[in-house]
Amino acid sequence: MTPTATPTVGNSDMTAAPTTARHSDAAAGSGLPRHLLDTRTLSADAAELILDTAAQIEQAGAGRQIRKLPTLRGRTVVNLFFEDSTRTRSSFELAGKLLSADVINISGKGSSVSKGESLRDTVATVDAMGVDAIVLRHKASGAAARVAGWVDATVINAGDGTHEHPTQALLDAYVMRRRLGTLAGRTVTIVGDVLHSRVARSNIWLLNTLGADVRLVCPPTLVPAGVENWPVQLGHDLDQALDGADVAMMLRVQAERMTSGYFPSAAEYSRLYGLNERRRRLLRPDGIVMHPGPMNRGMEIAPATADAANSVILDQVAAGVNIRMAVLYLMAGSGPATADAQPSDAAPAAATETETA
Amino acid sequence: MTDHPGTNRRATTGTSTAAAVLIRGAAPYGEDVTDVLLTDGVITHIGAGAAAAAAERGADVTEIDGDGAVLLPGLVDLHAHLREPGREDAETVASGSAAAALGGYTAVFAMPNTRPVADSVAVVEQVSRLGQAVGLVDVQPIGAVTVGRKGERLAELAAMADSAAAVRVFSDDGDCVADPLLMRRALEYVRLFDGVIAQHAQEPRLTVGAQMHEGAVAADLGLTGWPAAAEESIIARDCLLAEQTGSRLHVCHLSTAGAARVVREAKQRGVRVTAEVTPHHLLLADERARGYDPVFKVNPPLRTDSDIAALRGALADGTIDIVATDHAPHALHDKQCEWEAAAPGMLGLQTALSVVIATMVQPGLLDWRGVAAAMSERPARIGALAGHGRPIAVGEPGNVTLVDPAASWTVDGSRLASLATNTPFNGMTLPGTVRATVLRGRPTALDGELVAPQPDSSRDRATDSLSKVTA
Repeated sequence: MTPTATPTVGNSDMTAAPTTARHSDAAAGSGLPRHLLDTRTLSADAAELILDTAAQIEQAGAGRQIRKLPTLRGRTVVNLFFEDSTRTRSSFELAGKLLSADVINISGKGSSVSKGESLRDTVATVDAMGVDAIVLRHKASGAAARVAGWVDATVINAGDGTHEHPTQALLDAYVMRRRLGTLAGRTVTIVGDVLHSRVARSNIWLLNTLGADVRLVCPPTLVPAGVENWPVQLGHDLDQALDGADVAMMLRVQAERMTSGYFPSAAEYSRLYGLNERRRRLLRPDGIVMHPGPMNRGMEIAPATADAANSVILDQVAAGVNIRMAVLYLMAGSGPATADAQPSDAAPAAATETETA
Repeated sequence: MTDHPGTNRRATTGTSTAAAVLIRGAAPYGEDVTDVLLTDGVITHIGAGAAAAAAERGADVTEIDGDGAVLLPGLVDLHAHLREPGREDAETVASGSAAAALGGYTAVFAMPNTRPVADSVAVVEQVSRLGQAVGLVDVQPIGAVTVGRKGERLAELAAMADSAAAVRVFSDDGDCVADPLLMRRALEYVRLFDGVIAQHAQEPRLTVGAQMHEGAVAADLGLTGWPAAAEESIIARDCLLAEQTGSRLHVCHLSTAGAARVVREAKQRGVRVTAEVTPHHLLLADERARGYDPVFKVNPPLRTDSDIAALRGALADGTIDIVATDHAPHALHDKQCEWEAAAPGMLGLQTALSVVIATMVQPGLLDWRGVAAAMSERPARIGALAGHGRPIAVGEPGNVTLVDPAASWTVDGSRLASLATNTPFNGMTLPGTVRATVLRGRPTALDGELVAPQPDSSRDRATDSLSKVTA
């Protein structure tokens, strides 16, 4: 660790606060979109850049007592969450704070949202305050895309209805890459409520972009009509779908699906689509178990399996912070800073030369 | 390319008193070119004698150049939402009438999902009076089938039929008459006055939370699907009920290939069923929903390319009887929101004829006789509306539309006559402009400009509301 060394992320020093340079220069030529709305249209280059940047951030922070970087000093990030969320919101909040951004949390409850203000007016109000990035969680599919059309700030989709949750897929890919080396040629089996899962959609597109083979397995009632064109193998037999796979990615099954008649009972669902120790052993020897959380232990995943050695569920949480730091670093720094931020204020440069995994 | 119809909303009053209109050198039904003279609200001369007869009348004759234009019977829309009473921020009878006249219509059926619902004599007569007062098109109210459109018990259908509004078409449009027993009773009951039930075919349980056509695009977008079977199953059920009761059924905004198949089979069995298709279902597919712009949200939803092809074929072969707009204005804030929160519906009155030319006439699927049948004659007959949808012949009512099929125009939602701007065709260049719309011998629109009706002291309300439109 040499204080003078700088990491080489897109020719920009990530430990230095942005001054006059547009921070998005860091991403120049990478094909990064203006907003992160989905993984379906995210290029392989852009995805690799985010994953590589997260790896560099992780390594930069690894040897330090204080993880905080001054990179986004003077930038403002608003977490605008219209749905309850603990892990995603706190993960984004921590990511922003570790980059020295000013982070404001606005939740749907207790704000003007609950007084009947329209989404457009709410985000226009936030935008008018001069923020750099809006991290949006909303129950309506497409909400992030709509908001992106209404504001100047960069919009990061933190989950829109049953559409996408791109940073979840990125953090999942990050963990998989860590554990499996590369995603190309690997087989990922996604299990459960695909119909209502934004996690599944974001993972399907990103995994396909990164060269993995995706198997979907679920009851026929929980897969959307019209997925013939999706780049997946669709099946209904979990044992078959797990056989020889590298990853079992379990999706959360919400209790209300049962009362809506998507399947007869929790017990029957668990028998057919629950991951247990026997099924886990169908994976390849180095295969891993993933779950975006929160888990229904005993329903879609057996407690012993959730806690097994090859379960990477807590790694996913840890990776979430690094991925969201990378996304904010690459995307939230465009435009002039809203507060004075001198490079001389920067904490001692801590990063060292890093290799990209 | 001509000026945008409706560009100049300033009323031109100079010609509105004309007792006679001479259309020179137009082609009725796109056939032989001739002159047509309309006098005192009636077609009085066709052919060589028309110009001479006009000359005898002297100065009070309005001459319209029909060169290169096709003369059709005045268009009749069996399905429009004029929003008055209740949502005058989205549309009024006056602004909707203006859009209709500029779009070539001489009569418009107004759907009853107003506030209050048009389920009583009071409301249907109010809508009817508003239409008469505006005077740009004949506004014929449709009555609700059930009280408050709640699908629970029949509204007083006979009272509405016997009222001054003379209602013959009943619909809970926007919602389906889903209860099969209630639908059967409604079909039976309207035989009292040879009425018709216009069904919004949507099985409610199969469409809980539905946002767009169930298929590949909905799967990608994570929007709840509206399956074709939810439409087709209701149409099949209603055809069986109509067959059993011998009553008249009309299927609103048929939108799937399977629905056309169901209607075709029912017609072959002799069921008294008619069906309509909207212009947007003839042109736009569900792919438009990518981007989540709710201007493309409509109910029933935009379907697939193969549905579009099937609908065009079904309109061409007569399985689908008519084109109806389902003109559905919505205030800006009801569209400037997330997709799921947006109101479904699209403007249609000023673009319908152009879309039909683009999708049916230009590809050779429908000739001008066919257009006249689908957009004027049959809708008037289904709705039992006297004086409309009549042949272009001497002695017939002077309701005609002159269309220039060679001209084209670019749609701009902000320049349409509707108070709302939610056209899905915004920015598209479409063929066909309306050169003139003539209602009972009096021009209501000429070259994209409204022609204000005669001021009348008994019609202060209409003059007021029209001035808002034409200001």
